[in-house]
Order: sequence, then structure tokens, then C-alpha cells
Amino acid sequence: MSYVANTDAQRADMLKACGLTHLDELFAAIPADIRPRSFNLPGAKSELEVLDTLDALSQRNYAHLVNFIGGGFYDHFIPAAVDAITSRSEFYTAYTPYQPEVSQGTLQAIYEYQTQICRLTGLEVSNASLYDGGTALYEACQMAIHATGRNRIIVDGGINPVYRKMLDCYTANLAIRFAEIPVTHGQSDRARLLAALDDETAAVVLQNPNFFGVIDDHHDLVEACHARGTLVIQSVYPIALAVLKTPGEIGVDIATGEGQSLGIPLSFGGPYLGFLATTRDLVRKMPGRLVGRTTDRNGREAFVLTLQAREQHIRRNKATSNICTNEALCALRAHVYLSLLGKQGLRDVADLCYAKAQYAKARFKQIPGVEVMETSPTFNEFTIQVPVSTGDLVGRLVERNIAPGLPLGRFYPEMDHYMLVAVTEKRSKYEIGLFAEELEAALRR
Amino acid sequence: MTPNDRRYTKTHEWVKLEDGKAVVGITDHAQEALGDITFVDLPKLGRTLAAGGEFGVIESVKAASDLYAPVGGVVSAVNQALNDTPELINRDPYGDGWIITLSGVDAAALTTLLDAADYESKITVRN
Repeated sequence: MSYVANTDAQRADMLKACGLTHLDELFAAIPADIRPRSFNLPGAKSELEVLDTLDALSQRNYAHLVNFIGGGFYDHFIPAAVDAITSRSEFYTAYTPYQPEVSQGTLQAIYEYQTQICRLTGLEVSNASLYDGGTALYEACQMAIHATGRNRIIVDGGINPVYRKMLDCYTANLAIRFAEIPVTHGQSDRARLLAALDDETAAVVLQNPNFFGVIDDHHDLVEACHARGTLVIQSVYPIALAVLKTPGEIGVDIATGEGQSLGIPLSFGGPYLGFLATTRDLVRKMPGRLVGRTTDRNGREAFVLTLQAREQHIRRNKATSNICTNEALCALRAHVYLSLLGKQGLRDVADLCYAKAQYAKARFKQIPGVEVMETSPTFNEFTIQVPVSTGDLVGRLVERNIAPGLPLGRFYPEMDHYMLVAVTEKRSKYEIGLFAEELEAALRR
Repeated sequence: MTPNDRRYTKTHEWVKLEDGKAVVGITDHAQEALGDITFVDLPKLGRTLAAGGEFGVIESVKAASDLYAPVGGVVSAVNQALNDTPELINRDPYGDGWIITLSGVDAAALTTLLDAADYESKITVRN
């Protein structure tokens, strides 16, 4: 369908057919006292002027910094095929697949995405995706609350502080109690976490790797929680799942996470991709859309939205969530990305991230004044401590075209001299070396 | 035809005394209104219910409805067959589609419920 504006003659014809002469007459039913008197709009711009205005705006972005920022959202390489395949109009313009008879393509793609999430997490069922990792974490908490009938959630201090804020916001008017247990030396504090468990605890929420980049094997915590009837929710980094123990392997009940690293650009905050996977026991508590595979009445394979009685448009106030949508296009990008890379490719990306981060740590350790926090193992992200405020340091390094990391004072005031540095497969040895040199120079000044 | 050997609630459950225990299910009118039943959320054995207390949820392709105990008692049995074959409720709501059994019920409490004729007039008026 091409878009061609109506001509004046066509408009006049349409008005005539309505028995009117002016466009304003169409709005005659709206009382004069609630009609706008004026619109505070500047004059119209030409196409050239619009482009100039937008161009000037975009010049204010720092679009070419060498990016070492992480904190849950990472600068990974996106193969051109991801854009090419997902921008096909059959995918790009497809609507919600409520009518399976005209949506088999979309439904099959989502079903395959769900299968990939199950394989990545080692769990049995995945939904069709949620808005982002934070929303997914909140939904997992609600699942645990509904499944156990308890209303207390213990949150490990290694959870992303942005997610922590989201949990507080979502639950502000609900009777849910949170307890946060700080990490020790960057890792989950077993003694304090287990001491905090009680018979009212619906779930313990963990993150791996955690916000400080630290990796851990939580299987002992999972066992202890299950002994008390408490579920375990683990928020995970999908690239890391290629090399770490999966949530399924250690007995986690619900795995959630941010899928942005799987072929979705950073885009200054979104759109992103929340994934959620769980065991069969909990499938009826799972929110959001779920695609199933079945056969039609002629015995042919077909895909449909299934178990819809979970969703709020049917279950209403008994539903665990009001979400009745997914991030179809982002989920498709993740699906295409994972299909392109395959198991080995994803493993290669993870290995490169880890190796390059280790190289960065080694270079930084040689810089006077820099302390690399090494009390706990890390994947591709680690924390460093410097003698200056890292908020200022970031500003100085941005002027040298490097985005050096996340200044932790922004989230934890007592950590003003700490910075979180992330290294992905995109960072070359040269870029890491340059960062080390600029960091040394900035600290000398 | 609404069976005469049992009692009914305004919320479309039936209850029948068998060997001193109360067997509970939903009526033919209810199963037809719900459509194809896909899942029944059954209560745990040993749970104590008050009359009118919510004891489970019955899901169909188009709705999720609460189930209410017609009389007070303790859950002594649940129809496990419904886990694999929820459509039993559609096929035989008064027989194989029974849902739970309650023990420790007060037989007199059943007399306060609707009999077959009352229930039938209730559903006819609604139509």
C-alpha cells in the first residue's frame, strides 16, 4: 500500500458527500469552550531544514566512543544478517498472532525463540518474552508469591540496582516484603542469606554474573532454599550461559534475564528483551504469551498461542500479571542472532569476552593507583578502584573518546572511587591498550 | 435432566453424600457455559474448607472460574484423572467428572442447599 495524501479536490468531494463545505464543520459537535484556541507550534520546516535540525541534534551525541560500559547492557557485535532478516516486511509488520491461521510464520519464529531460551537456561518452558530483564525479574517474583502463597522476597545485593529500583516501583502498593542481603567481597553471602530465610519467604533472587561482574555457583543456595520451601530466581547474562553452569543445571526454579546482548542494539535504553524460563511445575503461573506446537484437524503441524487462561484478559484478577504482550521483534532478533552463531559461535563469543577481560585486568594491574578487585572470579566485567572520583574520571576519559565504564558512586555513594568495566568481543587488543594508556595518563594528572 | 439424588449451590456446584462423605462437582449447565475444560487446579488433601470457601479453579479455553465448597469439611480425595483428562467434566459432569470429596461434613447442611427443582428453575430464569 503506497501512501499518497488526499488532494484538495478529493477533500472537497468528501465534504460535499457529507453535506459540508469546511473541514472545521466536522468538529462542530465539540463544545467551543473545550476546543483549543491556538496551537503553540512554530512554522513548518522544509525537508532540508528538518534534516539540518535533526543533524544538529545528533551532533550532540557521543556516538563513537570506545565502549567499556556494561552493568547489564553490553556492546556486542550484531551481524548484518540480523537486520536483513528481521526487517523483512513479513516479520517487521506482523501483528499479534491471535489468529493462528494467518500467523504461522510469526508463531513458529516465537516457538523457536522459546526453544532457544530453554536450551540456554537449561529449563523446561520459556514464554514468548517480556519487556526487559527487570520486568522479567518482577514477574518471576510474582510467580513465586502465587506459587508458594508467601509474600516475602530475599534479594541478593549483587542484583542490578536498576532492577532493584524496578522491583520497589512495581510493588510499591502491594503487600510484598523485601529483604536485601549485601554481597561480601563481591559474592553472595551464604551465611547471611541463609540466616535471613524463614517460612514466609517465597523466593531468593540471585544474579549470575552479578552486577559487579562476579560469577558464582549457587547450587548450594538452591538446595538450602528448597529445603525451606523457598523458590530460587536467578537473573542471568545470556552470553555467559555459553560457558557458565546454567540455571537448570543447579536446580533454579525461574531464570530471567536481559536479552539485549543477543543481537539488539543498545539504543540509549531500549527497546530491550526480557526472557523468562521455568520448570513445568510452574508453567501455569508464568505470565505473558506462550506459543505451543500442535497439529490441525488435517494432521499438519501448526503453532498457536496456548495456555491462554493464564493471561489477564481471561484470568482477570486471578492472573499473576497484567502483561499480555511480548517483544516480538526483539525476540526475533535474538532468535536470528543465536541461529547465526550456533552453539559453537556463542561459545566463541563468550570465550573472547572472557579472554579480553582478563587481558584488560592484566594491563590495568600495572597502572599505579589502580586496584583490580580480584577476590572473586569474573566473566567479562570487573570492578576497579582508583584514588579519584570515578564520576570525574569518566568525564575526562570521554574527552579522549573512551567510555571507560560505569562509575559505581552513581548507585552506591560509598563506592565513589569504584568503576565497573566491561569488555566484549568487539574490543580489540589495541583499544584495550589505548584505554590502559589513557587511564594511566588521566590518573597521573 | 438435573439429577434428583443430590443438592446444588447458586454457584453451580453439586454435592452428593456417599458413604458418609460429600462428593462435589459442577453441573451440566456450568460445564456447557465454560466450554472445553483444559485444566482443573485441585486442592491439597487434608485442607479444611468452610462452606462457600474457594477450593480450586477450573480453566477452559475462554474462562477461569473459582470453585466453591457447597458444605464445610476436609478434602479427603481429589479426582486425579482430571489432571490428564479434564474433559471428563464436560463428558460426565455428574459421574466420572467429580472433582473432590469432603469428609467430616454435617449432613444437615445439605438440606439448606437447592434441590434439583430449585436449581433448574434458577437456571431457566437466567436463560
